[in-house]
This record gives sequence, C-alpha cells and structure tokens, in this order.
Amino acid sequence: MKINEIPQDPGALGKIAKEMAYAVDENGRYTTALSTGWEIKMKALDVAWEDVEKRIAEARGKVLREEASPLLYYMELKLMDVVIVSGYTGFWKWQVKRHLKPSVFNKLSGKKLDKYARLFEVSREQLTYAYLNETGL
Amino acid sequence: MKLDYNHIQAAHCENGVTTGLLRNYGVEQITEPLAFGIGSGLFFIYIPFMKVNNGPAISFRTMPGMIFKRTCTSLQIPVVRKKFSSPLKAREELDIRLESGHPAACQVGVYYLTYFPPRYRFHFNAHNLIVVGREGDNYLISDPIMETIVSMSSYELERVRFAKGPLAPRGQLYYPKTVSTVTDEQIKKAIITGIKRNVRDMLHIPGNIAGIRGIKYTARKIKGWKEKLGPEKARSYLAQLVRMQEEIGTGGGGFRFIYGAFLQEAYGYFPVDELMTISRQFTRAGDMWRDAAIQASGIYKGRLGSQQDYDIMGDQLIEIAELEKKAFTDLSAVVRKLK
Repeated sequence: MKINEIPQDPGALGKIAKEMAYAVDENGRYTTALSTGWEIKMKALDVAWEDVEKRIAEARGKVLREEASPLLYYMELKLMDVVIVSGYTGFWKWQVKRHLKPSVFNKLSGKKLDKYARLFEVSREQLTYAYLNETGL
Repeated sequence: MKLDYNHIQAAHCENGVTTGLLRNYGVEQITEPLAFGIGSGLFFIYIPFMKVNNGPAISFRTMPGMIFKRTCTSLQIPVVRKKFSSPLKAREELDIRLESGHPAACQVGVYYLTYFPPRYRFHFNAHNLIVVGREGDNYLISDPIMETIVSMSSYELERVRFAKGPLAPRGQLYYPKTVSTVTDEQIKKAIITGIKRNVRDMLHIPGNIAGIRGIKYTARKIKGWKEKLGPEKARSYLAQLVRMQEEIGTGGGGFRFIYGAFLQEAYGYFPVDELMTISRQFTRAGDMWRDAAIQASGIYKGRLGSQQDYDIMGDQLIEIAELEKKAFTDLSAVVRKLK
C-alpha cells in the first residue's frame, strides 16, 4: 500500500480517533499515517452488527413464544454467551443453560434474579416476560 | 499524579504497549515494527472447531501476550506479571507502581471500555493499555489505539480489568522490572531470533490449519462456504475474516505491512539488500490480502455472490500463500547470513 492509497473513508472510530496505517512512500520506504477508515471494513463491521440485531430479534421471538426465558433475550442484547454470563454471575454454565428454560427461570429466587438484573443493568421487574411484551423491546 | 510519559500511538495494542513501556523504561531503539518482528508477530491460523462471536476463529498474528513476552525475553529485560483474584489488591498494586514513578500495563476487556466507540465494544478480553498516572479517582490511560491520553474512573478501570469470559484478564498487571538500556548488539541478536522463530511458525508449524498451510486451508474452506453455510452465514463469515484482517489494529493487510516495515528497520541494523527485497514481497502480500478483502466485500455487500466469486477469493488466498511461502523461504536463507 502506498501512502496516497491509505483510505480516508468515514470510519467507526469516527471523531474519537484516527487509526494508524503502515504504507510506503514514493521511495519505497515504510512510514505511518493516520486513516479515518476504510469503507470495506466499515461494511464488515456493519454485517457483524446486523447479525447481532438478528440474534436479538430471534431471541425476543423465542421469549415471547415462551420457548426460552428472558435470560436469552438479555444475553443476546449484551452480546454475551453462556460462558460470559457464567463468568460474570458466578453461576455454573449448566445452571445458566437451565435458566434459559422458562419453567426453571420462573421459579428462580429473588437473589438469583438480582444477579442477572445487575449484570444486564435492568431492574428485577424488567427481567420478566410481561415487561418484554409491554415495551415491545 | 501524572508520570512523565510520552504517549505513542500504534496500529496494534500489544505492539503499542510493548513499544510504549519499553521506551519509557529506557529502551530508546524500540519501535512498533521492531517489537512486532522481534516478537515474531506475523502469523496465520484458522481454528475450525472454535467460534468467535458466532463466526470463524481466524487470526493474522501470534497469540495474545506473546509479542511482549518474546520481545522482553530476547532483549533480556526481566518482566513482572501479576494476576489477582481481588480487585482491591489489583488496584493497590497498580497504585504502588504508579507512586514509584513508573507506568504499568493492564490487560483489559473491551466491552466495558468507556472511551471506545460502542460499535467496537465486543467481548474481547485481550486488549492492552498502559496506566500512566492517577488524578484523584481518575486513572490516566495511554491506549495505543487512541491519539491522546484518555482517562477512566477507578470503577471503570476495575470493571475492564476484571472482565469475564474467554481470555479473562483477571486484573493482569505487567511491566519491566527495572529501567534498562539495551545495546544495538542486543537488538541485532533479537532481530535474528525473531525472524528465525517467525520463519519456523509460518513454514514448519505442524498441522494444516496454521502458517502458510493454514492460508491454503482457509482458501479451500472459503470455496466451500456458500454451499456449506448458505449465503447468509457465508456472508457473515467473510465479514469476520475481513475484520480480523483489517480492523483489529493490524496496520492494514493483516499485519503484513508492519512486517514489511520491520524488515526495512532490520536493514538499518544489517545492511543486506535482500532484506529490502523481501520487505517488498510482504508489501505485495499485504496488498493482495487487501484485494481479497475487496472481493469478500463484494460478496457481503451483495454485489457478488455466485460460486465463482467465492472461488476467485479462494484462489487469491492460494496465490498469497505461495507468495508468503517464497518470502519466508528467502528470509530463512538470508537470516543465516546476518551476524
């Protein structure tokens, strides 16, 4: 890549920072320059976020059809998986997996629900189906 | 208290932290390309049985932590590295280090990193930054990705130091034990070791998912993605490949340009013309990786999408593999001449 070929497209770092790129000058010597972004990789990041949105919508559908507990919805919303949720809450992975079942989740103690509520930064009430349904999140 | 710290922006966080720390601990010669080359940073691996953010696990660089470790080992700089189970203890140790007048690096998770743009905040736990001071409850942070010093409250810093999930940092704190200078002789030796190890990793690593063979393996996989995954998922996979190649602080072309820069800097220590010629081969490889990214983007943007379009990209990777194979074979011959 030559120094004048460094793309300067609007990037996701936006006004926060420009990123450093390595390129060669007219004498073939390497140098660095800042780049605002590259459209090719911006689009790649868009695709990643579209996937996230899709997963959240699917999770919400499953929760509303009572095929999964609201835990699934919040997990996807926060880009987490069972391993990460287990890490933050201290529950074992198998416990988190069980809590994904509505029948199990509905019987969780307040203390356990609070652990999830804290992790997802919502109130205990917001963790329930009713809330998910009403707000049409 | 703010330390007398010279912020260095870099393409990649670990290179940047290595460069920033070592410079501020007395190693004046160190640059990002040198740290990357001495740490044998260039790599390729596709781990088929692992998923990252629901996509393929692909990396264009060596394992997190290795660049710092290898660079310090090669330059005979002793390192202190600590993990903590208690956040309080982790904070105290950091404070003690800062009060002694020295910066220290932390491994952190990106998801709760407040100054990062939201669109970059995935659960990635191998980010690195340098803490360079504290003002009241605020820590001053030199993050190599950022253009200037930023700050975080003690709570915010604790949160990212104790991020959870794969590669959880567990409060990890690390820094060189002492301030020390290194001689050009030491740098030269380290360059030779770095090149030899990189040649080995790319040409001779066992198995077919890593190094040059890993690139060919990925090429074959890509050709099969449309059929195997369906167009939707294949699109996500290609986007993830491009992000790993261009986005995660690679300096462009999956770190190939930084490696080209490293070889030019190596030429400064060893005036052997082949180093410059081989540097050009890496520049070419980086350009070809970027061409492949453009092809991939055609598919994930929906402009392309036939089997032939996937085949073209696969063939581009095969061509890259051949080129890099030649570059590293040439390099392995040249490194024997360096003294």
